[in-house]
Amino acid sequence: MRLLTREALLSFRRAPLLSTLSITTIAFSLFTLGLFGLVAINLREALRGLEERVEIVAFVLRGTPAETITLATQDIAAFPEVQDVVYVTEEQALARARRELVEFRDAYRDLQVNPLPASMEVRLRNGYRDAAHVERVAQRLRGFGFVNDVRFGREWVQKLDYLRNITGIVGFVIGLAFAAVAVVIIGVTIRLTLLQRAREISIMRLVGATNWFIRGPFLLEGALKGLLGGLLSLVLCYAGYLLFRDRSGGTFAGLIFFQPVQMVGIVLFGVLLGLCGSLVSVGRHLRHA
Amino acid sequence: MIRLAHVDKSYPNGALALKDVSFRIGNGEFVFLTGHSGAGKSTIMKLLFAEQRPTHGEVRVSGYDVTTLRPVEIPKLRRRLGVVFQDFRLLEDRTAAENIAFALEVTGARGDTIAARVMRVLTQVGLSAKAPAYPRELSGGEQQRVAIARALVNDPAILVADEPTGNLDERATRGVFQLLRDINAGGTVIVMATHDLDLVRQANYRTIEMREGSVVYDSAADDLDEAEVSR
Ligand SMILES: Nc1ncnc2c1ncn2[C@@H]1O[C@H](COP(=O)(O)OP(=O)(O)OP(=O)(O)O)[C@@H](O)[C@H]1O
Ligand SMILES: [Mg+2]
Repeated sequence: MRLLTREALLSFRRAPLLSTLSITTIAFSLFTLGLFGLVAINLREALRGLEERVEIVAFVLRGTPAETITLATQDIAAFPEVQDVVYVTEEQALARARRELVEFRDAYRDLQVNPLPASMEVRLRNGYRDAAHVERVAQRLRGFGFVNDVRFGREWVQKLDYLRNITGIVGFVIGLAFAAVAVVIIGVTIRLTLLQRAREISIMRLVGATNWFIRGPFLLEGALKGLLGGLLSLVLCYAGYLLFRDRSGGTFAGLIFFQPVQMVGIVLFGVLLGLCGSLVSVGRHLRHA
Repeated sequence: MIRLAHVDKSYPNGALALKDVSFRIGNGEFVFLTGHSGAGKSTIMKLLFAEQRPTHGEVRVSGYDVTTLRPVEIPKLRRRLGVVFQDFRLLEDRTAAENIAFALEVTGARGDTIAARVMRVLTQVGLSAKAPAYPRELSGGEQQRVAIARALVNDPAILVADEPTGNLDERATRGVFQLLRDINAGGTVIVMATHDLDLVRQANYRTIEMREGSVVYDSAADDLDEAEVSR
């Protein structure tokens, strides 16, 4: 094992420029992946907040008896998808409109008759806040005879959903392209080292070294470069994250960074890239030697 | 120890290097392999340490069947063989002792035994004083002795030497040859390819002569049953 480490470290000293190149390529490919990952997780976080507000509003026909509504409210609250139901009377609706819609305050003040209908505001449980469930509950609400109209903000939820998917896919594709470049560059570096050391390797084979023994240092070298590249990419991501969060004038003050598990995942992916690159070129070399 | 039976060898480019080669080498033998350049001597050597496989026929070395040897078994075979070349094949950036230790490290030998084993073989080849010298600081004959020491350090049953004196002057040649004789006296089988007919004449060892890929003369065939050789 000590021999392995020594041989692997030696290669850094032998080809510092190439080693630096492969580390930076890995770092940049993971950086790209990481940035898109950050956008994706923050978007998801934002969506979670928005989902909290997913609610269905059922407008009630004027003149519906209070008992009917109370019974219906209990009924609806018993739906498996429903978290709670709030009945908003006509007066409460008007009061809220006066409070919230400041621009129209004058218009509402001078009204003789309250134009706003009473409504039931239904909030769904976590996990049922997607378009399909919302649609189903809305359908059942429409079934009540005293319900005039049912509204819910489906479109913007779907749009954000779509945006999240797009970011994920674009990030994945670009990151993958960079990862492929990283594998190739690592492969080339290792290949150059192999050529430099072809004589040494042929002597190793001659005196009975197993292929795994010969591969060992090269695989370790690749993995080490992957590790360093992965760590570097995390540093870059964090720098980018801080810059964005603190220079944005508070707009993005709530941005989150990766969880520890996700960071470990990124670094491990770097190690995997490094291993792939070296495995490919070492395998080829040993087969042709 | 070594058995070749009806061995043909053609290289991928079509060159037919060996044609129907058969011979056996038994325990304790010292065998010269002679013949013109291109006769196929090195090819036979390469079959012995499994760098090449025969195209047809059978090659058995120290219990291993080279014809069907799986790649993972090649290192096992090579640890039971010592191989020496005309060009020494030492690593320039390592000392004599480190070059020899390298052959032990590569086989996963225990670290605390390495130094002692290296010194033992260096003493055996008469170079214990040159342990810390780099190859460029050694004469050709000394470099070849280091290479021989490296070949010996795993206590091989067979030593394969492809023109080990090809790059040496007469005096160094005699020294290296004497060393190989001493090693053979210790029981190690030695197969040595050489152009040096003086050397061959000087010692009364078995000689196998090759020409254009075939065995044209085997001194052992005089006293051996012909049938056994070609079987
Ligand atoms: N790797 C190879 N690829 C193709 N042909 C080869 C290869 N090695 C040897 N040959 C051919 O095989 C034949 C035998 O070569 P070999 O090296 O065994 O001869 P040799 O007796 O060792 O010669 P020398 O005395 O010059 O070392 C030659 O015709 C040579 O051109
Ligand atoms: Mg030759």
